[in-house]
Amino acid sequence: MNTMTLPINFAYVISAGLFIFGLKMLSSPATARRGNMLSALGMLLAIVVTLFNAGLDYKWILVGVVIGTAIGLVAAYRVQMTSMPEMVALFNGFGGIASLLLAWGEYHQHPELSVFIALVTFLSAFIGGITFSGSMVAFGKLAEIMPSKAIVFSGQHIVNGAILLAALVSGVIFGMNPSTSYAIFLVIIVVSLLFGVTSVIPIGGADMPVVISLLNSYSGLAACAAGFVINNTILIVAGALVGASGIILTNIMCKAMNRSLANVLFSGFGATTQAAGSGEQQGEIRPATAEDVYYILEAADSVAFVPGYGLAVAQAQHVVQELGELLEQNGSEVSYAIHPVAGRMPGHMNVLLAEANVSYDQLVEMDDINPRMDTIDVCVVIGANDVVNPAALEDESSPIYGMPIIETFRAKTVIVLKRSMNPGFAGIQNALFFNPNTRMYFGDAKASIQALVGEFKSD
Amino acid sequence: MEAVFLTFVFVLSIFLGFELISKVPSTLHTPLMSGSNAISGITMIGSLASLKADNLTVAVILGTLAVTFATINVVGGYAVTNRMLEMFKKKDDGGAK
Repeated sequence: MNTMTLPINFAYVISAGLFIFGLKMLSSPATARRGNMLSALGMLLAIVVTLFNAGLDYKWILVGVVIGTAIGLVAAYRVQMTSMPEMVALFNGFGGIASLLLAWGEYHQHPELSVFIALVTFLSAFIGGITFSGSMVAFGKLAEIMPSKAIVFSGQHIVNGAILLAALVSGVIFGMNPSTSYAIFLVIIVVSLLFGVTSVIPIGGADMPVVISLLNSYSGLAACAAGFVINNTILIVAGALVGASGIILTNIMCKAMNRSLANVLFSGFGATTQAAGSGEQQGEIRPATAEDVYYILEAADSVAFVPGYGLAVAQAQHVVQELGELLEQNGSEVSYAIHPVAGRMPGHMNVLLAEANVSYDQLVEMDDINPRMDTIDVCVVIGANDVVNPAALEDESSPIYGMPIIETFRAKTVIVLKRSMNPGFAGIQNALFFNPNTRMYFGDAKASIQALVGEFKSD
Repeated sequence: MEAVFLTFVFVLSIFLGFELISKVPSTLHTPLMSGSNAISGITMIGSLASLKADNLTVAVILGTLAVTFATINVVGGYAVTNRMLEMFKKKDDGGAK
């Protein structure tokens, strides 16, 4: 057995290098795909060399690998791009449960643990469990199997605190005497699963980007802890890379909403309709017909589309791209301005538009479009609301005050596509809709844009 | 000593991760998530190595389940990331698809 250990570990070093190169190449859309391939190659290498370990039970390995590959491939090729957040949540959860099962299996085989190994076994099972059940709840919310609104009840913080305390106490008992604490270990698993559920249910639909990023980070940290359990550096390196990635994304998402992580996790934001800043700022809204909008767009030199989650719901990405093409043929300069938290996960809108063949150099970040907003003739807001609400800049009493927004109100004309005048996720009225330079174009986003495409083509 | 060495590796990797990931543009955040997700399926290595021929029944069940879930994570994660990245094109690249 020892003869193979050294070459296997050297191969792991190469795998780690490939993961790192792969992530580095994700820094540009031009090289990203090759980067992903390199990373996959690193994984394949690690898996193949692991099979050279002595005394493995190949029969069951084969069973697991065949079933897993079949499910993974079918899921990956069947999933709609609009459902990507659900998919990522689901895969995250599977990573978490794998770490939990690994720790459990190791403990079952060798119950005599040192204090350090007991600690990391506890962490691996605990974080893995939270990742799994938390991701399943996130999946349920995103797939709308369960209500996507925040679920809050009185005493929620006390319940969560009690669960966390129970986990820590059982962790300590387990750590002191692991070989006789099998029952305690099972309690830890149950408690971790419970904690995952109770900590994700109070988080509302539009805060999902934060939750998914955080769970992504947890799945990496769980893998890391599992690496400590089995004394394997490749698990630690890979897990730490993923953990870091999740933390960075979580941070970006929180900044883009001007809220702290604690606020996102514990406030139950959006569960109740905030009274602040609503109602009073009524004014006249100016509805527009397809023909009106057509004349406005036809005369525009520059057009910026601002997509939000409504675009995904209406599956309107393809018609939007078609309209964009027609506008370009008509001589307009077309760009797509994307807020960091638009959609249900980081980068959600970018993927949808890329699917519809929008060139990636037309996808513009919020910080790049805002400085030149004054020069843009027409902003077309599709299914976005809070991320374009000027109250975030002007109204100190607004619950979203301080959140960076795409400053569409500074464009010469704003066209807002919307189903009705219902307020958005945060439950606040949007002053943009009453601005003198705003025209409201009511209807289903996809049908509305199709009508515009029709107007352009009939001309 | 072993624990110190592993913690050392962990801390350095976290720093490396921060450096690498902060260079990823927001356009690619979804593929980054699904791709890093696939990397977190590295637990598969551990579960493969834990499936020894002389294992107790319970450990075989746990190990097989762990391998299955981790494989879904790895295969599904890389496949879906590849599918997404394939779609990111520049206009003058010519239609590869």
